[in-house]
Amino acid sequence: MIGNLPFVAAMVLVVLGLWTLMTRRNLIKLVVGIVLIENGVNLLLVSLGYVRGGVAPIYTYAPEGTPVDIPMVMPTPQALTLTSIVIGVATTALLLTLAVLIHRHRGTLDVRKIRELRG
Amino acid sequence: MSFAMHVPILAIAAPLLGAFSLPLMAKVHHRLRDLWAIIVGAFTVAMIVTLAVQVFGGGIQVYTLGAEAPDATLGPEGFPIRITLVADAMGAFMALISALLGGAALVYALGFAQDGKGKTLSMSLLLLLWAGMLGLKLTGDLFNFFVFLEITTVAACGLIAYRVWESRPPEAAFKTLVMFILGGLMVLLAVALLYGEYGALNMAYLSNQIGGGLIDRMALGLLVGGLLMKAGAVPMHMWAPDAYGEADANTAIVLVANTQAGLYGLLRMLFTLYGGAATPEVGWLITSLGALTVLVTVLMAVVQHRLGRLVAYGAVSQIGYMLLAAGVALVTVGARPEFGQLALQGSVFHMINDAACIGLLFLCVGAVHRATGTGDLRSLGGLAHTERWTSGFFLLGALALAGIPPLNGFASKLMIYQSVFMLSPILAALAVLASILLLAVFVRAFQGAFLGPRQNVVSKPPSPAMLIGMGVLAAVVIAFGLFPDVMVRHVVAPAAEALWTGRDAYMAAVLGG
Repeated sequence: MIGNLPFVAAMVLVVLGLWTLMTRRNLIKLVVGIVLIENGVNLLLVSLGYVRGGVAPIYTYAPEGTPVDIPMVMPTPQALTLTSIVIGVATTALLLTLAVLIHRHRGTLDVRKIRELRG
Repeated sequence: MSFAMHVPILAIAAPLLGAFSLPLMAKVHHRLRDLWAIIVGAFTVAMIVTLAVQVFGGGIQVYTLGAEAPDATLGPEGFPIRITLVADAMGAFMALISALLGGAALVYALGFAQDGKGKTLSMSLLLLLWAGMLGLKLTGDLFNFFVFLEITTVAACGLIAYRVWESRPPEAAFKTLVMFILGGLMVLLAVALLYGEYGALNMAYLSNQIGGGLIDRMALGLLVGGLLMKAGAVPMHMWAPDAYGEADANTAIVLVANTQAGLYGLLRMLFTLYGGAATPEVGWLITSLGALTVLVTVLMAVVQHRLGRLVAYGAVSQIGYMLLAAGVALVTVGARPEFGQLALQGSVFHMINDAACIGLLFLCVGAVHRATGTGDLRSLGGLAHTERWTSGFFLLGALALAGIPPLNGFASKLMIYQSVFMLSPILAALAVLASILLLAVFVRAFQGAFLGPRQNVVSKPPSPAMLIGMGVLAAVVIAFGLFPDVMVRHVVAPAAEALWTGRDAYMAAVLGG
């Protein structure tokens, strides 16, 4: 049961993020919502690779005389998560830049007041 | 021999390196930058054409990154552990579309974008977007699919927003970016689910394993939702008219290619990854979303009074036609009747036809903007007196888009109508009706902007580079319209076949045997 907690936490983060996106009207809070979803997905990815009692997946550094039945942690999900975090930083930076630009032009961050593009 | 083997990775690497080296060249001299852009663009197009010749002549090309030999896809234990690029006929066909639009956009940008107003960065982002699209189309690995998706996201939104001194572009870019990031995260979640279940990311290996259980269905739903956002189908189309309408002409046509890349991803997932497990319900969902997209966007186009947004709604409606036909093919994929195959061919053929005629229209809108400084139909008029080339190209593009014979839009729309009629006459009637409405919209736009008495405005003619860009697309519109049979037989049919029955060949090329 306790092993499933990371997955539950990931789902909670995603749902919180979606809820933020749907209910908030401030551009910065929308960005926060997206970052929440992103973190939820990253948490799911990294929990997928967890192996109880596993060792680092580097053959040359494995403990001396490692028996075959000590499993190694999956390296792929960690690489994926790192990549995804880096991508997330880039997209978040772009989102915040755009929010700053919009604020500079319109003087507000409220989406209800900025919708110049409609229809 | 050894060089020919490396063509798939060179096609992606050339625009990627070109994008990052372009600002350095611009520091030296702006002429050097233009020359460098031409060299990089020409090399990329040459690589794509070489790849297409290899694929259409000799079958699927596989390239393994980091292996001793490019064709050593499997690791020591017979498991595809390395990142692979897989170019089948469909991937090569999509790469050709990006070559057509990317090349035309680059040449057009040379004459259209202005120094001091972000010309260097917009050309650099354009190359980056091109590289991302090529990677998306050629990768055989699910996680790399996500990475390239995000590269196109960042580059596309940077391109939409780069005119930061105006108030509308950042707004359009914010909207688009939120949709694209959400779509990308849905794809990533699907990738995580599939990895958790099968422990692999290689698309050929996964497609061998996927059986249609609960996790598979959840992943399929996330993939379809995420990629439909990217493709701009109703009801996730809100970003598309804003993005197309606010972006520069050369940006807008690459965005069209980017949207089609999203659509390609959808088709690849449905037919290749889920070929055995895709159900008719998914097909009906895609069909109805396609029909809805066609109707809603054409009706929205009627009320537009800005030329850019009008063409933008036209562009989204064409995505609807492709979805409609692809959905018909998906509904019938189990029984594999003749008309399902025809529908898929129509959908695939319509992609390149749409790329050519919508691209031409967007480039004309750019030329009108440059000539008069406005895109508002209420203040435009009489442009045909001074802008002969632009008005001719606009008329050509509009007629092709509405599906008037003998232009290319007719050739593919006829295939779509025929096949949709076999499944549901009502949907076919709706599609024809929407097409007629679209013709009316564009005739009105043409009349409003180009016909009428001469207006006393200082007009700025298009530069030679812009005319070359438009001329290339116009030549494609006419050539594919006059000789659709040649195109269908040699290029479109193999590409559609790669989706329709090519799943086993795809798996065999990567997994061996």
